[in-house]
Amino acid sequence: MSVSKPLPHDAAKLHVTGRANYIDDIPVPANCLHLAFGTATIARGRVTNMDLSPVKTARGVIAVITADDLPYANDVSPSAHDEPLLCDGQVHYHGQPLFLVVADSHLNARRAARLAQVEYALDTPILTIEQALSADSRFEEGPRIYTRGDVDYALPQAKHTLTGSFDIGGQEHFYLEGQAALALPQEDDEMIVHSSTQHPTEIQHKVAEALGLGMHQVRIQTRRMGGGFGGKESQGNALAVACAVAARATGRPCKMRYDRDDDMIITGKRHDFRITYQVGFDDDGRLLAIDFTHYTRGGWAQDLTLPVADRAMLHADNAYFVPHMRVTSHRLKTNTTSATAFRGFGGPQGMIGIERVMDHVARHLGRDPWDIRRLNFYANANSPKPQDTHYGMPVRDFILDDLCDELIKTSAYHTRRADIAQWNANSPILKRGIAISPVKFGISFTLTHLNQAGALVHVYQDGTIRINHGGTEMGQGLFQKVAQVAASRFGVGIEAIKITATDTAKVPNTSATAASSGSDLNGMAVQIACDTILSRMAEFLAHQYNKTADDVVFCDGTVRIGRREISFAQAAMACYQARVSLSATGFYKTPDVAWDRIAGRGQPFYYFAYGAAVTEVVIDTLTGENRILRADILHDTGNSLNPALDIGQIEGAYVQGSGWLTTEELVWDDQGRLRTHAPSTYKIPAMADRPDVFNLSLWGRDNPAQTVYRSKAVGEPPFMLGISTYLALVDAVSACGSGYANLDAPATAERVLAAVERVRA
Amino acid sequence: MSKIHITTKVNGEEVEFLADPRDTLLDCLRDQLELTGTKEGCSTGDCGACSVTVDGTLVCSCLMLGVEAQDKQIETIEGMAEDGELHPLQRKFIEHAALQCGFCTPGILVAAKALLAKNPDPNETEVRYWLAGNLCRCTGYDKIIRAVMDAAAEMRGAA
Repeated sequence: MSVSKPLPHDAAKLHVTGRANYIDDIPVPANCLHLAFGTATIARGRVTNMDLSPVKTARGVIAVITADDLPYANDVSPSAHDEPLLCDGQVHYHGQPLFLVVADSHLNARRAARLAQVEYALDTPILTIEQALSADSRFEEGPRIYTRGDVDYALPQAKHTLTGSFDIGGQEHFYLEGQAALALPQEDDEMIVHSSTQHPTEIQHKVAEALGLGMHQVRIQTRRMGGGFGGKESQGNALAVACAVAARATGRPCKMRYDRDDDMIITGKRHDFRITYQVGFDDDGRLLAIDFTHYTRGGWAQDLTLPVADRAMLHADNAYFVPHMRVTSHRLKTNTTSATAFRGFGGPQGMIGIERVMDHVARHLGRDPWDIRRLNFYANANSPKPQDTHYGMPVRDFILDDLCDELIKTSAYHTRRADIAQWNANSPILKRGIAISPVKFGISFTLTHLNQAGALVHVYQDGTIRINHGGTEMGQGLFQKVAQVAASRFGVGIEAIKITATDTAKVPNTSATAASSGSDLNGMAVQIACDTILSRMAEFLAHQYNKTADDVVFCDGTVRIGRREISFAQAAMACYQARVSLSATGFYKTPDVAWDRIAGRGQPFYYFAYGAAVTEVVIDTLTGENRILRADILHDTGNSLNPALDIGQIEGAYVQGSGWLTTEELVWDDQGRLRTHAPSTYKIPAMADRPDVFNLSLWGRDNPAQTVYRSKAVGEPPFMLGISTYLALVDAVSACGSGYANLDAPATAERVLAAVERVRA
Repeated sequence: MSKIHITTKVNGEEVEFLADPRDTLLDCLRDQLELTGTKEGCSTGDCGACSVTVDGTLVCSCLMLGVEAQDKQIETIEGMAEDGELHPLQRKFIEHAALQCGFCTPGILVAAKALLAKNPDPNETEVRYWLAGNLCRCTGYDKIIRAVMDAAAEMRGAA
């Protein structure tokens, strides 16, 4: 059976030979046009005059489109209708698209886009959390509050209390393939769009709106993305709609791709947060009450800010039971690029809040932070009385005590911690630190209706199989995993399965490939479609051989009917000739999820995914420079559908999570201009930053929830393993003095150095 | 601006194309020669996705003009497999699952091949620092390093 085998990614051979096509590699007709946006050079104000004549007369320019030229909807928002494709006169952020240039080449379009003479009436931009709060600039009427128990009563009762505040920066996705789309106008007003998107159905919806068409007249195809990470959940809308509008206006194919700098300036990023806390605890470090306040900058448009901020609140507990808990969330509207989905979707920000608290409490009591974490864990899955989260969901599958105990042992945490203390005592300049951080991450879309998926499976008369589903491939290996599910159902080799580009004409009304749900949802939908065909085949074959359907077994490329054995191909041919339908759709919806996001009560998640990491770092106390010396990871994938792909996801997520909290610094100036808009200034981890020692194991026990082959979602949860890197840096800084390190994230060399000086003061 | 006629060798074959003097070598490879395996990741020489070799030297093709290719020997990812047989590096990348979205993969393979041509027996640190100019956002790099080390060992064994 191919499920659980570490088979290579389905397109691996295409990738290593350079033959895997991304949007910009698709051969286009010779008359294809190329697009670029002209963008705003202020963060807030009104356009008073826009002279586009130099743009129109520039070399190669065919047309220039403004908001006034759009025949139908001027909106590319996912749902709130607050995000015009082209500026309607009001400028909301530096980099906002003002007009669209249509030219004969990519470079001519980009060059011309810079020639506009635009005059503005300037307004004072709202850029910071403080400015947004004082202007009461927000996306909802007031803060959202989730609460359990009575924090105001319980906090003063606690023997010890601590308060703190820290800032957590955003993050650029830096998918290696920038955003891209290609629109091909068809007969009878139909439009085909190839889009590098995690959400083809939303692209279809927005293109239809912009062209005044029904969704049935628009077809979106996505074969693969060169990375997504959430950055292509809604941020591809603008390019796809621009291409469609320009293709309609000119009658010619239109392609658009952002240059890296444009991509970083125009598109949304991870939400940055400020988290303040007041925590009450006893002498042992057991938390009694906690009061968190989240402040997040959502940027100029709502995009996905509300569910991101919700998920941050839902992960404010991480792995810990706190009897009295309140989380207050301010979703602030600022004149910056609209923050969007990014792997973890607010979960990482919520989680780092309580991990920071655990650390703070431990250092206050002079204890090992691991002991405080272990003490406050939720009750184990075997416990007769599961404990509820602060939103009232019982935690029935908690395994972090067992999992962490195992990791503490295999990573030799205690010995190394003692060794590091000794090493630090003899090392005046370099200091080491070590930390463990656990992850408990809720799996399901918190917008409950998104937890559905469809699939289409065909068996051909020669016994080969073609499958399609609503999930998109962005490198995570979803197509391969789902193909393995199909191969296992039919009992055939993986070579008999062909999985095809995501296509809104094949499977309709799909959800974004997001929330780590790709294989849970689409794997199950494909399994259901396969089983429909299998039961038809079994019924027919059983009848042929005077057996019952239960006597028919599909295995190893053969079909056994009682004692008879025929090949799967023979079985398919027999079914075809007997007029048995060999094509089926499958539909799956996640059971047992229902909650009230306003009240913050209920069961938003089907299950939790778990993991933990121990990271050791070294810092240079003269420069703040630092590096990861060793990482040990134990991560829960359930019964992994493909361990090779899952290990790749976990390693990549850990490094990306560590990058978020260390080197990846977004800098906006006081005019609201992003100053870090290229890899020369925005630093994602490079090959040399990989931990010197990198040990990774899978926990690999069956998911108690009834998921596809009892696997668990793996896309997002391991991202938060990177929090251990931040905590290890805090530990190393703490070795320099007696004060609390109070380190903001990202913990760049500059911030580490400043923290070292603070603890020494 | 008038175009310039360029004659050069790409993956061992003599080719000709007309280059706008402002076009980069990357643009010429992708748009004129339809060799789209070489990717644009940043267009500023920071990410390595456009790596090719020119007369055996590893370069970012986004930082070189197409017209500079006259009379050079250029190697791209498309020339790495010979007669349909994958190069050991390509095979090891598949075996070690050293790729995810695949967008950085061609550049990393070309860069790794250039390293092994100079230094057939690199240690892990040398691999890591040689490839530090090739960004990957998906893998966390571990499997890439293992694949390069393994391919180097196999190639030494075969030599």
